[in-house]
Amino acid sequence: MSSDAIVIEKLGKQYTIGTTLIGDATLGESITSWVSGPWRRFKQMAGHSEGTRTFWALKDVSFRVDVGEVIGIVGPNGAGKSTLLKVLSRITPPTEGFVDLTGRVSSLLEVGTGFHPELTGRENVFLNGAILGMFRAEIIRKFDAIVAFAELEQFIDTPVKHYSSGMFVRLAFSVAAHLEPEILIVDEVLSVGDLHFRNRCLGRMQDLRDEGRTVLFVSHDLTSVRQLCTRAVLLNHGRVVDDGTPGDITRRYERMYHEGAENTSGVADRRHPPPAYHLRRVELRNAAGEVTSQFDAGDVMDIHLWSSGPAPENSFTAEFRLFNDDDVGVSFGSANPVRDTYYRSEHQHFVCRLGPLPLTEGRYTFSFTVRVWNRERWDYWDKAIGFTIGRCDLFNTGHGISNVHDGDFVIQQEWLIGS
Amino acid sequence: MLNLAELWAYRELLFFFVWRDVKVRYKQTVLGAAWAIIQPLTTTFAFTILFGRFGGMSKSVEGPYALHVFVGMLPWTFFANAVASAANSLIGSSHLISKVYFPRILIPIAAIAAGLVDFAIAFVVLLVMMAAYGVAPGWAMLALPLYLLGTIVSAAGAGILFAALIVTYRDVRYVMTFVMQIWLFGTPVLYTLDIIPAKWHTLYALNPMVGMIAGFRASVLGGPFPAQVILISSVSCLVMFAAGVRYFLQVERRFADVI
Repeated sequence: MSSDAIVIEKLGKQYTIGTTLIGDATLGESITSWVSGPWRRFKQMAGHSEGTRTFWALKDVSFRVDVGEVIGIVGPNGAGKSTLLKVLSRITPPTEGFVDLTGRVSSLLEVGTGFHPELTGRENVFLNGAILGMFRAEIIRKFDAIVAFAELEQFIDTPVKHYSSGMFVRLAFSVAAHLEPEILIVDEVLSVGDLHFRNRCLGRMQDLRDEGRTVLFVSHDLTSVRQLCTRAVLLNHGRVVDDGTPGDITRRYERMYHEGAENTSGVADRRHPPPAYHLRRVELRNAAGEVTSQFDAGDVMDIHLWSSGPAPENSFTAEFRLFNDDDVGVSFGSANPVRDTYYRSEHQHFVCRLGPLPLTEGRYTFSFTVRVWNRERWDYWDKAIGFTIGRCDLFNTGHGISNVHDGDFVIQQEWLIGS
Repeated sequence: MLNLAELWAYRELLFFFVWRDVKVRYKQTVLGAAWAIIQPLTTTFAFTILFGRFGGMSKSVEGPYALHVFVGMLPWTFFANAVASAANSLIGSSHLISKVYFPRILIPIAAIAAGLVDFAIAFVVLLVMMAAYGVAPGWAMLALPLYLLGTIVSAAGAGILFAALIVTYRDVRYVMTFVMQIWLFGTPVLYTLDIIPAKWHTLYALNPMVGMIAGFRASVLGGPFPAQVILISSVSCLVMFAAGVRYFLQVERRFADVI
């Protein structure tokens, strides 16, 4: 007796890019290609390749999911995550291999599938519920709960074309949240809506987990993967790269992802330096003195900056500005007004010791300036270097805190019981 | 083969698709249900003038020519609209197809079923016209549901086939418009069966709508019952349905990839 909810065995999905089998193909083209088929096959045999190419969106994917597991699928865009979900949801057939799902499956590749703008909220609840696999009796039974969860009691008989996008998403999610599948397949649905809404989605997912349902969850939001999942699978180029605990997998994914990005080696040289005095090189070093772009919250970081030669004047300052993922400035530091350090003209190497870093998980970027305080700057090196906070668990909870949802900083805190 | 058990399991979804199509259709139009009457009435009117007055067709039939045309127009309008909406239904639902699993054949079937509402409304108009012309319904009218069923099955066959073709070959849409026009003239809508020489009837009845419309007319207006034509058309209608469904099932698995 096996407790596998999902079995995926040597799964492969091949797509064709090119002229054949595309929806816009015309009958004429198809007839032409049918007529010219023998000649083309002859050319192919002779080693001439045609305009059509094939690629494997998934290849040799095998894993099993136990009943009650919440499994997160992570990986960069184009890794095959969505294709995997489509195959599991029976939307598209695999080219090779097989999948076997045991239990009532609901798949939620987006919220609000099949919503019709002309229909009222009430009508769409029924339509969408039916599309997601609910029976009419079930929808009737849950109707009040669905409307209450969406907080849309007043607007339920208004056509959804008059809804705001927030209302639309709330209603759509509310229908989905009332599914009671044994296996739930979810794609990125948490990425819509505001924070309040997202937290309720997460809450609902936690309920599902606690009820012992099997969930397969694709997300770019590594924090939710860490919070919700009991296991994670890393996909890349259509293959399973790694399979393990959510913490390990998401860290591995972050490393993989950031290694590919620019300026992440922990060192950067100025590529297009201005002709005048400027900053030419920066290095980020950890406490052991190693050059790196990988830090954890609580680490100390040394920024080493080198200038192109003697400065035009004495008593100048070097400054950093720190930006988060969204390019929002989150912090500033300066040798001169902040730390009362003055550099003299002959100094060409500046070091700033930062930390312990109170930053949350995510990517950050530094820009640097040199100037005499309160005067026009000599040089501004924009987006000079990036680094990653891979792990932020300053309170040792076992859960990471990410800058996607939880802000960029962690503030030391103490929680007491009031009198 | 059609997985009937699965279709049964999805019967409620079929119901919701039909319900949606009907609701949306009448919500979006100003005149709503009136279109169901206007369309066959205006075509009947136009053809009655054109063929009846100028073409001299009215002499070839017994009883009022307008009623003859309308009795033919009624199932034909349903058939033509059903085929067209079924054919375009899949690409109209491309969003659903790429996001949710359900038996794809529900979509064209729902589009055809939704057309029955229009048919029912237009049928009331027929009853009014019969009363106005003083034509009393006979016992033969009890057979009407059978011809309606035949019309539905024919529309399903053609609609499902076109729907599947259009997913892969978008230009079949234009071919279809053309085919439907020719089909109208190959069907005894504006004329009656006896214009066609009897020796051609066997061949002529291969068009399933020939038998259905001839039967429709016979059951509403009385007159001779063209048993042979109806029999051949019934077989041909089943063959067309089987062929449409078969092709559909062959290609439905790749819809999500090509739509």
